[in-house]
Amino acid sequence: MDYVKLINCMRCGMCLPACPTYKETFLETASPRGRVALVRKLQEGELDQSERLLEYLSLCLDCQACASACPCGVNAGELVAEFTCERKGEAGLGFMENLILRKLVPHPDRLEASMAPMRVYQRSGLQKLVRRLGVLKMFPKPLERMEGLLPALPSRPLRQTIQEVTPARGTERGTVGFFLGCVMSLIFSEASRATIQLLSLLGYRVITPRDQVCCGAPNMLGGDLEGLKEAARTNVELFGGFDVDYIVTDCGGCGAELKKYGHHLDGDAAAEFSGKVRDISQILALHAGELRQLLKPLGRRVTYHDPCHIAHCQGIRQEPRQLLKLIPGLDYRELNEADACCGSAGTYNIQRPEMADKVLQRKVDNIRRTGADCLVTANPGCLIQLKKALAADAQPVRVAHITELLLESFMVK
Amino acid sequence: MEPSFIKELQTIVGEQYTLSDRESLAVYGYDSTPEIESLPGAVVLPATAEDVSRILRLCHDAGVSVTPRGSGTNLSGGSLSVNAGVVMQTSRLNRIIEVDEENLTATVEPGVVTSALHREVESRSLFYPPDPGSMNISTMGGNVAENSGGLRGLKYGVTADYVMGLETVLANGDLLRTGGKVVKDVAGYSLNPLLVSSEGTLGFFTGITVKLIPKPQGKITMLAHFPVLQDAALAVSAIIAAKVIPATLEFLDKVTIKCVEDYAHVGLPLNVDAVLLIEVDGHPAVIAEEAAAVAEICKKYRCSFFQTAQNADEALNLAAARRTALSALARLKPTTILEDATVPRSCIAPMLKVIQEAAAKYNVTIGTFGHAGDGNLHPTCLTDERDQDEIRRAHAAFAEIFDVAIAMGGTITGEHGVGIAKKKYLPRLVGESGIRVMRGIKQAFDPKGILNPGKVF
Ligand SMILES: Cc1cc2nc3c(=O)[nH]c(=O)nc-3n(C[C@H](O)[C@H](O)[C@H](O)COP(=O)(O)OP(=O)(O)OC[C@H]3O[C@@H](n4cnc5c(N)ncnc54)[C@H](O)[C@@H]3O)c2cc1C
Ligand code: SF4
Ligand code: SF4
Repeated sequence: MDYVKLINCMRCGMCLPACPTYKETFLETASPRGRVALVRKLQEGELDQSERLLEYLSLCLDCQACASACPCGVNAGELVAEFTCERKGEAGLGFMENLILRKLVPHPDRLEASMAPMRVYQRSGLQKLVRRLGVLKMFPKPLERMEGLLPALPSRPLRQTIQEVTPARGTERGTVGFFLGCVMSLIFSEASRATIQLLSLLGYRVITPRDQVCCGAPNMLGGDLEGLKEAARTNVELFGGFDVDYIVTDCGGCGAELKKYGHHLDGDAAAEFSGKVRDISQILALHAGELRQLLKPLGRRVTYHDPCHIAHCQGIRQEPRQLLKLIPGLDYRELNEADACCGSAGTYNIQRPEMADKVLQRKVDNIRRTGADCLVTANPGCLIQLKKALAADAQPVRVAHITELLLESFMVK
Repeated sequence: MEPSFIKELQTIVGEQYTLSDRESLAVYGYDSTPEIESLPGAVVLPATAEDVSRILRLCHDAGVSVTPRGSGTNLSGGSLSVNAGVVMQTSRLNRIIEVDEENLTATVEPGVVTSALHREVESRSLFYPPDPGSMNISTMGGNVAENSGGLRGLKYGVTADYVMGLETVLANGDLLRTGGKVVKDVAGYSLNPLLVSSEGTLGFFTGITVKLIPKPQGKITMLAHFPVLQDAALAVSAIIAAKVIPATLEFLDKVTIKCVEDYAHVGLPLNVDAVLLIEVDGHPAVIAEEAAAVAEICKKYRCSFFQTAQNADEALNLAAARRTALSALARLKPTTILEDATVPRSCIAPMLKVIQEAAAKYNVTIGTFGHAGDGNLHPTCLTDERDQDEIRRAHAAFAEIFDVAIAMGGTITGEHGVGIAKKKYLPRLVGESGIRVMRGIKQAFDPKGILNPGKVF
C-alpha cells in the first residue's frame, strides 16, 4: 500500500458529510477520515490488526463518495478496499473463495449453470412456497437475504441468446464491442438487450464476444489480485482481436473496473482497452440530437439514482440526466442526495444487512419524496436492491435501467 | 481510564455511545489541526441536555476533564483531550428546534451542521450569514465556541454578531441561560460574548439562539485576475476605502489558485499572481452600482481580466471552489500548516509582502488565501512532516510573520482560536494582565479546571 496516499489526508473533514456510514452513525470510526487514520495507524504500528479494527473497516461500503468530496485527492474507500484485498491476499484464498473466484466466476458457462437451480426454483412455484413457509429462516442469514433480493430471472442469460454480431440499422457509423457483465447478462438481460438495440439504432455494429469473462471486480473484493489480472488479460486479448471504436458497457461496476485495466496490467494493449471503455450513457449522449428526433412521449414522473460506480468512480453525472430529459413529456425530478449509495455495494447488503438497510431506507425515503413513479438507474446492484425495496409498498415505484426507458420511449407507437 | 468510570458513563448514554476501545480513541485523538494528536480516555455522545449535565456532574465529581467536540474541524487543537479525559461529541444533539419568523431567530442544538441551518432558514427567505469555509461540516456549537468567521464576514460580521442566547451546562452540571430573544439586554455583565469564543473552556453549549436577517434579494459574484500580487492587495484596500462593502472579498494567490483549479475545474486562471473573489448582495439597484464600482477599482489596479458570474450556478461554483482552498492546497504536499494572521485591512499589501519574504528567507512554500476584506489571511505552509528540518523552518517563518502582524496592530488568530496551537503567542498579544483576567474568569466558571484544560492559556 502506498503510504503517501495515507499521509495526504489532512483531516479537514470535508468528506464526512458525503459518507453514508458516517451519516448513519456520526462516529469518526465510520467516517472516511477515520478509516484513513485507522489504516495509517496500522501501517505505522500504532494499532494492530485487531478484530475490532477489521470490523470497523468492513463497515465501509466502498462507494467512493468520499473520493468525490475530498479536495486533497484522497480516496478513503479505495484505500480500505486495497488494504482489505492485500490482507485477504496474504491470508491466501479460502476454500470457498477459491471455488467461487477461480472455479466459477471466470467461467461464464459454469456461472450460468449455477443459476439454473434458482431459475427452476423460481418457476416451479417452489419459491412462493418456501417464502410462505419461511423455510429459509432455518438457513444461515446471508442465504435468506440473498434469496429475498433476487428478482425473477430471465429464462436464459443474454450471453447465450445474443448474436455475436448485431448489425447497424441504416448507415453504419462505427463498430463497438459490448461488454456483457455477469449480473446484467444473468439477471437483467432485457436491459442489456435494450442497450444493444439502441446502439444498433444509432448506427453502430455491435460485437458481443461470447468468450468474454467477468470483469474481475469480485476478485478484487475477495483479495484475489491474480484472478483479477487473469480476467483482465483474457478480456484485453479477446476484445483486441476485434477492430472496435469503443468498448461499451451498461454496468457501472464493470465500467469502473474495465477503465482500470490500464493500471492493473503493463503494456499498451491494456491501456488502449481501458481508453476505449465507455458507459452506455456516454455513447448515447454523443448522439443527443438524433435521439431527440427518435424518442417519443412518455408520460412518466422520473427520477435518477446515481450508481456509485458511475458517479464517483467514473465521474459520469450529467449524461444520464441529459438523456432522460430528451424524452418528450417526461416529468424529470431531481433526487435529493442522488449520488448517495443505495446500500447494495457488491455483497455488502448481504454481509452487513443492518447498515445496508439503514442506507437503503434513506434512499427510499428520498425517492418517495420526489413523487416519481419510475426510478431510473444504471447498475445491476442498485437495480436489485431498489427493485426489491420499491416494489414492496402500497405505491410501487417502477425501477428501470436507463436503456430500458429510452428504448421504451423509442418504441411508443 | 478506569473501567468502573466507563461503566458509569455507559449508564448515562448507553454502551453504544460510550467509546473506549483503542481504535475509537485513536480516531478521536486528532482534529483538523496538523501535527497535534492526543488520545482521549473515552468518548461519549450524549443525546440530550440532560445527558450532558449528568456527564459533566459525574466527571466533575471524579475530577475527570471533559473536552467538547463538534465535527473536529477546528485548526487549533481545540477538540483534543490533553490529559486522556472524556471527549464529549455533539453530533447526536442535532435538531433545529425552532425558526421564529416573528422574532427573526433560530434556536438549535449544538450539533447542527452550519449549512443545514442555512438551508432551513433560506427556505423561508431568511438568512444566517456566518459561513465558514467548513460550513458543510462544522457544527453550530463549534462555530460559537471558536467565534467562526466566514466568507461573508466583511459585510455581515462573525458568529458573535448573531448569537443572542445560549443554554450552557457549566462544569459542575448546572445550567446557565444567557441572553435570549430580546434584542436589547443590559442586565449585568454580558456573558454571551464571553462564552462565544471560549473554546469549550467555560461551559458546554446545549442550546443556541441566533439572530436571522432577511435574505438579500440579489447577489452579484465577480472574479478579478491580477498579474501582480501587490495590485490585488491594493485593490482590496481601495474597495474598502471607496465605502463599498462587499459581502465577500476573498483573496487567492497563485499557489492556491493552481490547487483549487486542479480539484474544482471552475476555470480559474493559471497565469496570474492572484485573484479576488468578490460578492456584493442586497437590493438589485444598489448591487448593480456597487458591482460597477468594484469593477472600476479592479481595473484601476491593473486587473487583467474581470469576470461577472452569469448565473447562480456559476456564482455557486466560484464560491464553492474558494471553500476548498485549504484542502486543495494539501494536494501539493502531505502536511499543510495553516495560519490565521490578521491585520488591519489597510495593511494587507505590506503583510502579503512580509509573508513572501519570510517564505523566501526560510526556503518554504507558502500559499496564501483568505478573507482579504477582513484583513484575515491564511498563509499556508506546504510541508512534509517527515522532513523535520522543513517543519522547523516553517515554524520559524510563521514566528516572524506573527511578530510583524502584532506590530502592525493585528492579531495571532482572526477566527481559528488559540487552542493548543497558538498558546505560546497569546501572552505576547494580551500581556500579563490579559492572561490574569482570563484565568480569573476561568476560575469563576470552572474552579476545578475540568472543562477543556490545556487550551488558550
Ligand atoms: C477546510 C476548513 C475550512 C475552514 N474555514 C474556516 C473559516 O472560514 N472560518 C472559521 O472561522 N473557521 C474555519 N475553519 C475552522 C473550523 O471549521 C471552525 O473552527 C469550526 O467552527 C469548528 O467547528 P466544529 O464543529 O468542527 O468544532 P470542533 O472542531 O469540534 O470544536 C471546536 C472548539 O469548539 C469547542 N466546542 C465544540 N462544541 C461545543 C459545545 N457544544 N460547547 C462548547 N464548546 C464546544 C471544542 O471544545 C473546540 O474547542 C475551517 C476548517 C477547515 C478544516
Ligand atoms: S480524506 Fe480528504 S476530505 Fe477527508 S479528511 Fe482526509 S483530506 Fe479531508
Ligand atoms: S467509500 Fe463510502 S462508506 Fe467508505 S468511507 Fe468512502 S464514503 Fe464512506
